[in-house]
Amino acid sequence: MEHSWTEGERGAGPGGTPEDTVSRRLAMAVTGPFARLGGKAIDWTNNLGAAAIFLVLALVKVPRAKQLSRIVQHIHYIGARSTPIILLIGLFTGMVLGLQSYHALVKVGAEGALGTLVVLSLVRELGPVLTAIMITARAGSAITAELGSQRISEQIDALDTMRIDPLKYLISPRIAAAIISFPLLTTLFDLIGIVGGYISGVLLLGANGGTYLYRVQVSMEMKDVVDGLVKAVVFAVIVATVCCYQGYFAHLRTDGHGAKAVGLATTSAVVISCVLILVSDYIVTSLLI
Amino acid sequence: MDTPLIEFQEVTKRFGSRTILDAVNFRIYEGEVTTIIGLSGSGKSVILKHIIGLLRPDQGTILFRGMPLAEMRKREAAASLARISYMFQDNALFDSLTVYDNIALPLRETTNLDKAEIDGRVRARMEQTELADAAAKYPSELSGGMQKRVALARALVTDPRIVLFDEPTSGQDPVRKNAILSMIAQYQRKFGFTAILVSHEIPDVYFISNRILALYDRKIVFQGSPEELEDFAHPFKDEVIRSLEGFQEELTGLYSRRQFKILNHAQLKRREYGETYTVVVFVLDELDAIVANLGYDAAQEAIRGMGMFIDKHFSAIGGFSTRTQTNEFATVLPYSDLDEAESILRAFGKDFEGQGIRDIWDGARRRAFSGECVEFAIQAGIAQGDPIAEIGPIIASARHQLKVIARLRCDGRV
Repeated sequence: MEHSWTEGERGAGPGGTPEDTVSRRLAMAVTGPFARLGGKAIDWTNNLGAAAIFLVLALVKVPRAKQLSRIVQHIHYIGARSTPIILLIGLFTGMVLGLQSYHALVKVGAEGALGTLVVLSLVRELGPVLTAIMITARAGSAITAELGSQRISEQIDALDTMRIDPLKYLISPRIAAAIISFPLLTTLFDLIGIVGGYISGVLLLGANGGTYLYRVQVSMEMKDVVDGLVKAVVFAVIVATVCCYQGYFAHLRTDGHGAKAVGLATTSAVVISCVLILVSDYIVTSLLI
Repeated sequence: MDTPLIEFQEVTKRFGSRTILDAVNFRIYEGEVTTIIGLSGSGKSVILKHIIGLLRPDQGTILFRGMPLAEMRKREAAASLARISYMFQDNALFDSLTVYDNIALPLRETTNLDKAEIDGRVRARMEQTELADAAAKYPSELSGGMQKRVALARALVTDPRIVLFDEPTSGQDPVRKNAILSMIAQYQRKFGFTAILVSHEIPDVYFISNRILALYDRKIVFQGSPEELEDFAHPFKDEVIRSLEGFQEELTGLYSRRQFKILNHAQLKRREYGETYTVVVFVLDELDAIVANLGYDAAQEAIRGMGMFIDKHFSAIGGFSTRTQTNEFATVLPYSDLDEAESILRAFGKDFEGQGIRDIWDGARRRAFSGECVEFAIQAGIAQGDPIAEIGPIIASARHQLKVIARLRCDGRV
């Protein structure tokens, strides 16, 4: 008996006419980008949900007796060993800020406001943001690479087989250490940035030192400091979660396997962290202002 | 029969569109050494990962002492899995931790033992696995063999009831391979755990295994003893066993057991009624003492030396030999009767006392971890067969005739 094609089958089946094929391709060309966009959106939403669960599960495992030594160990790595680079970046950021601000303010005869400009820029914005970006580059990428390597060499599976909770052993201490380290490093960045502004504005360009320090003191309110530190904590959670998540699930990547997956995970971790730092900076600033 | 410790019922596992295990059924019994053999990529490690709970079946049931694992309460399942250790194929050691810390990790993280107790247990395992000098080293500073031993020590430090070994001998030289298998067998006897191995090392794993599971074409096609596998008629034997077993045994260079049987059958066909042949069985005694005093590598080197000496001596006069057990060899002397065989054995004994036993000792000492002397003996027994007799019972009969033909004493006398 001869098979008769239904309307639904005709487009895809061998009995479809050339016109059907053309119209199907046309439809695909029109809807394809939307489908891909939708797919990406679903992937992002899934990952966002998974990362949120990952974060919550890791956070609830922080308050355990055996965690303290591991947290201290990671504070040493994320915090203490990031100090030199934070000092260096903070100093030059402050110096550039002092230099640019001085020349801009001199034109309007307001060089006395140099201290105000430097301190508020640093404490409210530059300190938390640049500190977070620098830690992402130095420690966040290393965390992703380390966890990714541990994943592909089955070290994380080995923890499972030994009945050691990998989230508790590997992730919770890192997130806790980041939450402690980021505000401390941000404070350090702010302080050294103010010194940098003094060096370039006062010592090199000749602004009044007393006015600079006075303006720093009177312009900065407690709210500015607290807001800056709140941002630092938000960035710590974002950076630690993204970097740990990317490394921990490096083996699930579809765009690469093995060492390549670790490399891609590290790149993703840094890029996503930096983007999220800037996006969340805007959101947090809007909420706090 | 007893309730199996672990039972797979119709277990199927797919990764995407690929089916790795297809309605797999098998049983594993407590206190035994069970080895899963199959070609690379056939899903052997996937079975182990199901047992330890790293993977879950898409279909089918895994029973633990008769209880379905999926139906157990979380705490019950955790308790069942808690006594299982897993030794990974690539060791999965933490490269940022020292050897000592790697071994201590499961005790520190999963028990409430005090520091001194943990230290005692870790040091004991390090002694047993000849790692005492490597405590402060990192895995990257160790040879492949030492890394295996660290992984083994870590797997055993919690005194598990079940130990899963995923290709424990991969990447090792023949002496080291047999040393690791011998170590597993000895620990299994000593601690009484249930060992489940995935291995390609045929026939070496036969010497230590109670049961063999054959994975072929996504199914378990055989489960039984190594002896039963010899008589198993299935494409698995031609395609897998033959390709893995090879013509010669890797450690000693002697014929594989399969090749030995083929040669014997070929000889039997050529013999006429009334012609006889003899089988000589050799046993290296005090192997455990060699292991205890000189280490596993030295013991395997002694076995290797003995096999090579037997082969050198008897192949020159038309004999052919194989290793039948860890420390036992069988040699067929075609067209000979008991009198001839005894005379040949007397000459061999003299030769062996003069040179062979010293060669074995020198070889063992090169691989020893201590300079101690160990006294050991070589025994031999003879039995006569005729063309219609199977070789197995004749080997068994020769075992009953064992007597010492050479002995090494530490005062220098042989």
